[in-house]
Amino acid sequence: MKEKKLGLWQSKLIIQALQDSVRKLDPRIMIKNPVMFVVEIVSAITLGIAIDDLFTGGAFGFNAQISIWLWFTILFANFAEALAEGQGRAQAESLKKTRSEAVGKRLRADGGIETVSALVLRKGNVVVVEDGEPIPGDGEVIEGVALVDESAITGESAPVIREAGGDRSGVTGGTRVLSGKIKIRITANPGETFFDQMIDMVESAKRQKTPNEKALDILLIGLTATFLTVVVTLKFFAGYMMVSVSIPILVALLVCLMPTTIGGLLPAIGIAGMDRLLQHNFIAMSGRAVEAAGDVDVVLMDKTGTITLGNRMATEFLPADEVREKDFINAALLASLADETPEGRSIVVLAKEGLGVRGRDIRAPEGASFSPFSAETRMSGIDWDSRHIRKGAADAIKNFVMDQGGTMPEKVQQIVAAVSKEGSTPLVVAEDSTVLGVIRLKDVLKEGINERLAQIRRMGIKSVMITGDNPLTAATIAAEAGVGDFVAEAKPSVKLELIRKYQTDGHLVAMIGDGTNDAPALAQADVAVAMNAGTQAAREAANIVDLDSNPSKLLDIVEIGKQILITRGALTTFSVANDVAKYFAILPAIFATQYPLLRVLDIMHLASPQTAVLSAVIFNAIIIPLLIPLALRGVRYRPTTVSALLRRNLLIYGLGGLLVPFIGIKTLDLVIAALNLV
Amino acid sequence: MTIRDAIPIILFLCVLTLAAVLLGGFMTMVFTGKRTFLTRIAGPTEKFLYRLFGVDKEDEMSWKTYTLSLVIFNAMGIVVLFVLQLTQGVLPFNPQRFGAVRWDTALNTAISFVTNTNWQAYGGEQTMSYFTQMVGITVQNFLSAAVGLAAVVALIRGFIRKSVKTIGNFWVDLTRAVLYVLLPLAIIWALVLASQGVVQTLSPATHVQTLEGREQIIAVGPVASQVAIKQLGTNGGGFFNANSAHPFESPTPLTDFMEVFALLLIPAALPFMLGGMLKKRRQGWAFFAAMMVLFLLGLTVTLWAEAQGSPILEKMGILHGANMEGKEARFGVVHSILFAQSTTATACGAVNSMHDSLMPLSGLVLLFNMAIGEVIFGGVGVGLVGMIIYAILTMFLAGLMIGRTPEFIGKKLEPYEMIMSVIAILSSAIVMLVLASLAIATRAGLAGLNNAGPHGLSEILYAYASTANNNGSAFAGLNANTPFYNLTTACAMLVGRFTTIIPALAIAGSLAKKKVVPISAGIFPTTNMLFVVMLVSVVIIVGALTFFPALTLGPLLEHLFVQVGKTF
Repeated sequence: MKEKKLGLWQSKLIIQALQDSVRKLDPRIMIKNPVMFVVEIVSAITLGIAIDDLFTGGAFGFNAQISIWLWFTILFANFAEALAEGQGRAQAESLKKTRSEAVGKRLRADGGIETVSALVLRKGNVVVVEDGEPIPGDGEVIEGVALVDESAITGESAPVIREAGGDRSGVTGGTRVLSGKIKIRITANPGETFFDQMIDMVESAKRQKTPNEKALDILLIGLTATFLTVVVTLKFFAGYMMVSVSIPILVALLVCLMPTTIGGLLPAIGIAGMDRLLQHNFIAMSGRAVEAAGDVDVVLMDKTGTITLGNRMATEFLPADEVREKDFINAALLASLADETPEGRSIVVLAKEGLGVRGRDIRAPEGASFSPFSAETRMSGIDWDSRHIRKGAADAIKNFVMDQGGTMPEKVQQIVAAVSKEGSTPLVVAEDSTVLGVIRLKDVLKEGINERLAQIRRMGIKSVMITGDNPLTAATIAAEAGVGDFVAEAKPSVKLELIRKYQTDGHLVAMIGDGTNDAPALAQADVAVAMNAGTQAAREAANIVDLDSNPSKLLDIVEIGKQILITRGALTTFSVANDVAKYFAILPAIFATQYPLLRVLDIMHLASPQTAVLSAVIFNAIIIPLLIPLALRGVRYRPTTVSALLRRNLLIYGLGGLLVPFIGIKTLDLVIAALNLV
Repeated sequence: MTIRDAIPIILFLCVLTLAAVLLGGFMTMVFTGKRTFLTRIAGPTEKFLYRLFGVDKEDEMSWKTYTLSLVIFNAMGIVVLFVLQLTQGVLPFNPQRFGAVRWDTALNTAISFVTNTNWQAYGGEQTMSYFTQMVGITVQNFLSAAVGLAAVVALIRGFIRKSVKTIGNFWVDLTRAVLYVLLPLAIIWALVLASQGVVQTLSPATHVQTLEGREQIIAVGPVASQVAIKQLGTNGGGFFNANSAHPFESPTPLTDFMEVFALLLIPAALPFMLGGMLKKRRQGWAFFAAMMVLFLLGLTVTLWAEAQGSPILEKMGILHGANMEGKEARFGVVHSILFAQSTTATACGAVNSMHDSLMPLSGLVLLFNMAIGEVIFGGVGVGLVGMIIYAILTMFLAGLMIGRTPEFIGKKLEPYEMIMSVIAILSSAIVMLVLASLAIATRAGLAGLNNAGPHGLSEILYAYASTANNNGSAFAGLNANTPFYNLTTACAMLVGRFTTIIPALAIAGSLAKKKVVPISAGIFPTTNMLFVVMLVSVVIIVGALTFFPALTLGPLLEHLFVQVGKTF
């Protein structure tokens, strides 16, 4: 996987974000974020008081500084959101750029071809794309086969085959046909393509809040309402106790207590999560799907392509009795020369290794003719002169040699049985009536799959492998790879049933699919990832599309989903824990003049009541930009036990949130006192 | 405070835990409709009542119907109790010939007893006829506790059920709570208390000639029966004004012990009922542990504060050692503090000493116990409801921090649950602060104060903490029988009670509709130490952040003044 990561602090993004953060001060936009909206109202009140002070000779200097920092608190929050938006937009734009100028050759109803701009192509239009031309829009190949360069979206330079009919029929606008001629049926109107959807998800104005964000919003509004009550009633309690508190100081206390840190960063966290998905070359159809990914506890994965390399490989030659190994290998090699299947090629590779020959010095004998694999014979091979070499499944070869008057030796049958029992596939080679030996074909695990599956297990997720293999083979692979469970001899419909069964038990199921027959299961799964190269049906049924078409990337989605949630939780905890220190700074500042006994609360020994209030307000403001990198990058998730994870995050963000502001406020107080600001 | 003082407390808590486990198991059977040893006795009555009121016990209710039934039932209770007080002059069993209770006091009292607060703006022996005490107040003592039990049972069902719309039948839960739990326990307690000398009679007050030759009126009445349920149902409204400090309400150390035990018993048993109903015993223990930790924290601070004694009295050479002011010499410091801590930790509100005379720091702890929403054991039913809602908040944050959309006991916590939890936890705090600031800023409110400065503030804070959280104990020193206090505290009591119960039932309805998330390694186990620590921290932090300024100006400042020899 290649990450096309854009620098967080690119100057262009920053300038745009700075502009946006001022633009977002518009109350009509602010009201979407209730916590910061309240801050804006009280900041406006403070500003009014400060201006009034200017004419009436009140504490202008102090009140003006409070007001300024309150406005900065809002601007910082807006900046975080704007920066995340800008990042996402830039990411999406860079993916999208290639396509806007594109033109497409549209097939008219009368069969003629017209050249039109990509922007006028509608769903259902058919376009023809030939060598060297860009694909004008998202669609499905309905005729032909072509080599397509998808590096513009995946960053992968190796071209891929896209052809009609199979599970590799999906094409994306902005990619380019290198060779071949295909007809594509366009499947999305302009403005509704994957990219357009993705861009909507990183624009806060169009973005839907996820249920989890709404729930957290409710908690933050509740806290805000409580602190509003605390501060307003404090005015009366203090009045009874002969302490008068100015409005700007009450406002300062209110804003410090309110969960502005998380309130200000909350939109940015969600948007940044989408940005990270884009960086990993995923396109999500909804924020909800991404958060659900964090909850997934069952993952269905196809064996082929996810756990094992696409195909079986030859790993061993087992000659029959009285057959020289070299002859057997030679025959196997000849029989496979024309076999373009991956299995066939792997036999050639292993045979060359076994014979100690290299390169292209092996050639088929003059006048040889190949007999390709067919469903009836279930064998393939080579014929020349009067020799016939065949390789195939044991029973097919048995029929072949018996037709020639030969027999299947006992020993070979034993080898076949043994190989099967070990979960491998035996392939028998015979020349005319003589059985030469058995080739062991084995599934080869993808590199690093063990480790990934172990990670999945540590996350508390159960992995289920689905394969058409017999139970024996399936069990061998499952044990080797370390999957939690497997379903063997699976028919295509089994996935849907399995997902339903798990869901009835309350599990959240993720699956990856690419084929049309995966579509119902994808539609049923809670987190459904479709390969971008997959069929249109699969892509429509899914809620996340993987541009790289790399099935083992599911883990990345789970991780990103978890990161979004952890970041929210961590910053909420941090924000609330901060309040303790702020009380200890501001309460003595308010009361200690009238009641010197309450200086015991001034455990930070701040310079003066004014410096105390101001440093608390400044700390509250600047903690937001300081945490922007964390909000955008996300709190790191490491697969470990949940209790360990929770303990760790509580220590860092709970205990840390308790202590950090004491240090921060004290430091700011020293600076403010030294600069004589108030 | 010595080891010798600690031993009875430890013993007391061990016996309490044992009894709570047993009662919890019993209540599990009662509320899951199983046969118990009481079924033979109470069963026919139960069936008769259902037939009488046309209740089909298989007829399950949605949360809205359940809530509506509960609200109508309580509204009727308020009306009946209100009318009863206004007409007691013409009703029987009124040997002292008390006239109608003043309307604002009557309204306050009606709301107070129906909401299980039992805030008493009146002095019982000088205001209420025996008829009012028995038919009005004692009946509501049973019913308000039963309503609390019904609420928690319904909430627990929300966690147990999956993909259904119903949470049980209110009338069945109410009836079972009274017949199988409250009535049997109350009978036992009343008999034991009466045997120890708690009065139980319908004769009028006795007039006696004292040694000085003056006449003294000794109030009596059907006391034992009312005291039993006032403790067991965490009601707290005494027959006498002096409540459990009165020798006829609690004559001996044994009755004192029995009464503290009674007020903690059902609230402490409820976590075990939860464990039983959920078939997750460890979850019950986790809730119990969190409550016990909070209880012991408060108890330690108050015992310490009282043991320090008053530096002022010490300087004057009047008293050394522990603070005995306002305490019954029969009970002493340890028993008085155990009672005070228990009565504020649960929403009982009965007292055996004058809380007004406690050291300021003890007053702070008692205030805090109430202000956090009565969840340290808490009121019958609603205490555990409150704790479950705190747990929902806790698990919302914990869930996020482990990277899952939050869940608790197998149920996803979504915006709806959060709205209801936030309302349940914050509204009583908000109403307490708003009404207290109203009282402190108005002439009508200040008129009731007998003390100035921080102590006056504490008295007002205490009054609204007590009413907004349905405790009902008073700090004394505040004359609350005025229209202003009667109406504002009535408002606090209504908000406190129904913004807990209604959101809880709404949560129950919403949870019952959801699927159950199966237990897996990816889910945080809510039965371990970490959960208990987090839950306790969330309760303390929410309370501390909300009440820090008010408590600083009230009890904390007073404490500092006392240390330098100044009182108010």
